[in-house]
Amino acid sequence: MIAAQADDTGYNLRLYVAGQTPKSMAAIANIRKLCDQYLPGRCTIDIIDLMKDPAMAQRHQIVAIPTLIRELPEPIRRIIGDLSDTQRVLLGLDIDHAGDAS
Amino acid sequence: MPNANLARATAGITKAKTGIVGLDQLTGGGLPAGRPTLVCGAAGCGKTLLAVTFLHNGAQLGEPGVFMTFEERPSDLVANVASLNYDLDRLMKEDKLAIDHVRVERSEIEETGEYDLEGLFIRLGYAIDRIGAKRVVLDTIEALFAGLSNQAILRAELRRLFEWLKDKGVTAIITGERGDGQLTRHGLEEYVSDCVILLDHRVHEHITTRRLRVVKYRGTAHGTNEYPFLIDETGISVMPITSAGLDHVAPDERISSGIVDLDVMLEGRGYFRGSSVLVSGMAGSGKSSVAAQFVDRACRDGQRCIYFGLEESPSQIIRNMGSIGLDLQKWVDQDLLRFQTHRPTLFGLETHLATIHRDVEEFSPAAVVIDPLSSLLHAGAKPDAQAMILRLVDFLKSREVTTIFTSLTHGSVETAMTDMQVSSLMDAWLLLYNRESNGEHNRQLYLIKSRGMAHSNQVREFMMTHDGIRLRDVYVGPEGVLTGSARLAQEAREREQAMQREHDAERRNMEFARRRRRLEAQIEELQAQLADEQGELAALSGEASARDARAADERLRMGASRTSSNRTKS
Repeated sequence: MIAAQADDTGYNLRLYVAGQTPKSMAAIANIRKLCDQYLPGRCTIDIIDLMKDPAMAQRHQIVAIPTLIRELPEPIRRIIGDLSDTQRVLLGLDIDHAGDAS
Repeated sequence: MPNANLARATAGITKAKTGIVGLDQLTGGGLPAGRPTLVCGAAGCGKTLLAVTFLHNGAQLGEPGVFMTFEERPSDLVANVASLNYDLDRLMKEDKLAIDHVRVERSEIEETGEYDLEGLFIRLGYAIDRIGAKRVVLDTIEALFAGLSNQAILRAELRRLFEWLKDKGVTAIITGERGDGQLTRHGLEEYVSDCVILLDHRVHEHITTRRLRVVKYRGTAHGTNEYPFLIDETGISVMPITSAGLDHVAPDERISSGIVDLDVMLEGRGYFRGSSVLVSGMAGSGKSSVAAQFVDRACRDGQRCIYFGLEESPSQIIRNMGSIGLDLQKWVDQDLLRFQTHRPTLFGLETHLATIHRDVEEFSPAAVVIDPLSSLLHAGAKPDAQAMILRLVDFLKSREVTTIFTSLTHGSVETAMTDMQVSSLMDAWLLLYNRESNGEHNRQLYLIKSRGMAHSNQVREFMMTHDGIRLRDVYVGPEGVLTGSARLAQEAREREQAMQREHDAERRNMEFARRRRRLEAQIEELQAQLADEQGELAALSGEASARDARAADERLRMGASRTSSNRTKS
């Protein structure tokens, strides 16, 4: 992990889902896998079910479901979809993954 | 029985009042309740304002609303309508209104894989449930097309959203930007098919006119025309100005023209109430004064009037009318008279007419002056102008408002007649003109027509005095129609001639008396002569008889002497 020297700060991610839909379940599985693989031990994931807490949708400008928000490090990034395309997710989260090419 | 079907269908649809003057009228009670309505139009044509008004008025009617804005920030929205006295902050505090700003920035969003817009549904659903909303506005949901790249998902989700809104039973307004060749840029009309309202503002010769059209309203008979609408300090108002048809009642009552001498020309009783009177004439021929006299008289009778001035400011009109002895300020102070003065170029013809429409509805005057109508004709495209004026005339007639239209004409009297295309719409037509003769212009008035009465057909001389307008019979004689100083001169001449004739007569009388006296004297003399002659004659005849007597006596005596001499001889 070459990039490790720049960020000792961890990744703070929030995933907004709505109930137990297939897309939501897929997104949860995908982000967990990704964190384990690329950000082991440096990543916290909050999963927020808007069905249970609908007021959060307005507060955090959620339109699409699922939405992944990178709260930390700054700036805030948003990724929508079931996170099935790992490369795009890494790009979106700005995670340097050059090292894992092999 | 199509009409019966229509009526039943109309009755079957419940309506949500928009509270916008005119719009409820032409949609037969408002937007379809519990269904989405699409409001589309180009940028700046009033979509957002219409939507806000819909929610604001709904809140007053006990129907809370959710405003979901995709473009404007809530603070801007609140500030923008504060000038209309829409206190959105208060409504929000009272939970009669919820504003949700949905921000979707494509640059901030990465899309990976499948998603849906459940977040939007949850937000909207939460807001609706929180305040018990009956009305929803989505302004402008098309912003999502700019923010999200997967069109297929977006379209499917929009279709689901509108179905969901119907299930929720909320009356919704969805705004959409006007697109090329279709009503909205992204074809929202495909999804919202119950009611579509199109807003438009067109620029013609640098003047903008706003128009509204109900393109579609499923299950309701609606006005299909384009109607002008206004956005001003009182908000939005639509003017369902249509040709009222020719079924207005024609009142028999009369209303004084305010000019005694003119009333005399109109069978002594003035105009018909509710009639349209055209006063046309050249510049400075006294059109406004005729109108002002009428207004003054109506106000004196306690009737309300509106004076729509397109050339002069109220204070200028009041000052100028002071010179013919009219105190219009007094009526303004008593709120019997209102001035509405706008430059004709301020807005388009339709907007002018819409303003007139609104003011008349609001103030319900008995009399209206439009001074001058010809300015309005210049404010719009020529072919439209006559149709619009027809609508105005119909509207004013249907409300039994007596209206004076003044019209500026150019050139000679003859061209003035053909120039006006609106004269056939008018019930009475006064023509004022200046006629030049002997180095001066004199005002003349001629009543070209006055429907339904035996009016005078004579030209009158029109005089503005400090006590108002007076009409005088003109001098018509072998030298033609004389007015002004020519008339005065002619009158003087006539007076002189009359005097001359009087003198002559007197002289003749005296002459006759003299001759008579002379003749009488002659008669006397002759009679005296006659008497003399008679005396002489008498004397002569006396002498003759004496002589006869003497002669007879002598004969007797001679006879006697003869007899005695004979006896002596024998």
